[in-house]
Amino acid sequence: MTATLDRPTPSAPTPPDPRQSRHRRSITPPVGGRIGSTALWTYAIIALIPLLLMVWNSFRTNRDLVTNPLGAPFPPNASSYRTAWTDGSMAQYFVNSVIITVGAVLLSTVVATMASYALARSRSKVIRVIEGLFLSGLMMPIHLAILPIFYLFDSLGLINSLFGLVLLYGASGVPFSIFVLSTFFRQLPAELEEAAQIDGANAWQTFVKIMLPLVRPAVVTVAVFRFVPIWNDFLFPLVLLRDSDKYPLPVGLTSFFAENSANYSAIFAGLVITTLPLIVLFLLATKQIVAGLTAGMSK
Amino acid sequence: MPLRTALLFVLPALALFGVFILYPMFTALSYSLFEWGGTKRGGFVGLGNFSTLFTAEPFVSTVPIALLHNVLFFLGTMLIQNTVGLGIAFLLFRRSSTRRALQVLYAIPYLVSPIVIGYLWTLLLSPAFGPVNAALKGIGLDGLALPWLGDPDLAIWAVIAISVWQWIGFPVLLYGAALGGIPEELSEAARMDGASNWMTFRRILLPLLTPAIGTVSVLTFIFAMEAFALPYAVGGSTGSPAGATDFISLVFYRTAFESGDPNRIGTSSAMAALLFVLIFGGALLATWALRRVERRVMS
Repeated sequence: MTATLDRPTPSAPTPPDPRQSRHRRSITPPVGGRIGSTALWTYAIIALIPLLLMVWNSFRTNRDLVTNPLGAPFPPNASSYRTAWTDGSMAQYFVNSVIITVGAVLLSTVVATMASYALARSRSKVIRVIEGLFLSGLMMPIHLAILPIFYLFDSLGLINSLFGLVLLYGASGVPFSIFVLSTFFRQLPAELEEAAQIDGANAWQTFVKIMLPLVRPAVVTVAVFRFVPIWNDFLFPLVLLRDSDKYPLPVGLTSFFAENSANYSAIFAGLVITTLPLIVLFLLATKQIVAGLTAGMSK
Repeated sequence: MPLRTALLFVLPALALFGVFILYPMFTALSYSLFEWGGTKRGGFVGLGNFSTLFTAEPFVSTVPIALLHNVLFFLGTMLIQNTVGLGIAFLLFRRSSTRRALQVLYAIPYLVSPIVIGYLWTLLLSPAFGPVNAALKGIGLDGLALPWLGDPDLAIWAVIAISVWQWIGFPVLLYGAALGGIPEELSEAARMDGASNWMTFRRILLPLLTPAIGTVSVLTFIFAMEAFALPYAVGGSTGSPAGATDFISLVFYRTAFESGDPNRIGTSSAMAALLFVLIFGGALLATWALRRVERRVMS
């Protein structure tokens, strides 16, 4: 898996062989030739057209949409955004989504980074057992525990609370974050810590001042990658929140969809508003997202 | 690192994960073994709640149909994603200049929330004003302009197609990473011996891809069994039209949170437990089968 992550670059010049083998690859012609290329670009269009139509149609009036399904958004009309953003409370849902997602990503990244450091540096059996416990979480379909979670939240007074969702998503992100980060910490040479210890630093200082800067690329990968499923999650907020002014975007969208079932243009705008932050994030951090998705795959 | 220091570093993650994930996960099963009166736990009923699922209405009619839809959903996605996804990855394989860009384009749809995807396709496939049917009519394929999501015989296939469209980039990435991990010398040697691209793929690459195919299949299985947000967006919580897009998670949700059934906690917990066993058992079985195939291929 490590091949897909950015490694801290060693200061010594690296032998050039991995690059060379990549160059040699280009000598063998690609499979499928020109027909293959055409097929690949055609599929790229199929993958993107529905999303482009979503943006495209959000800039048309509802009347225009109904009378001319294949029309163009000229001149662009942004009134559906006003309907969605203010009348449809999408602004409120947006803020709630940001609070929940940013809070949860921060929480799980902080606790998982600390834990990963210890998991990578301790040889104790107790720590190995705890690591196994964390990693078992990778395979748990936690949505199935929604009833016990509901009653746990009820007893803790966390029903209808954004903070409750932050805690829940923070916890659910721990296994994946630990999975990626602990392998990363293991690659760092132990000499660094020994040197820091000789200079009189304690474990916490070593962690914050020496180790943390070195694992920053992996921490960013984990944070970006956790952002997407939390932003998109639907079942937990649907069940655990009561008031519509607490809803994050996906749940807010369902009530908006019900209220505007005839105003297609406004619905398209709502869909764009829900998706936009992910597209921005993707453009800013493509490399991290791709790395996170293939984490654990290649050897 | 001494155990005490390590424990201090691990503690926050362990507390969070333990309270919000492990504890609910472990209690989930016990919920299904009791009778419930509202939120009050009654007597121990053993497997009574499970037999309710197979003998009493409405479960005896909804559960098998929903489960069948989950299975169809799994088989459909798996078949298409493994063949088309692998095909695309193979075509991309030696195109070093455009591979990254195309992979990124294919990946964009799965960042979008399944709720958004569901609503988007509901609008795009609308028989009244949807651009899909308008385009089909425009190119003379009037016979194909069908009410895709409104026809009970078509709806489940439309849901499968939408899901495949959203997720295809994922196997493309994973297979791409796996193909990249296979030493170039192997296919080069085959070329020297005069093997065609197809022969090289069939005889050399495909067997070496077994672990990746297994990973994709297991992940697809878990994903298909848990499907909730996409069917919810397409057919509401009742799987309209006429239950044609009902899934086991929707039945679970309706039972737990929308039915007035006094024993709703008992029956819905039994459903969750059943699904849990199915997912875990299925994943374990698949992993075991995979090991066997791998051993045969590698020897």
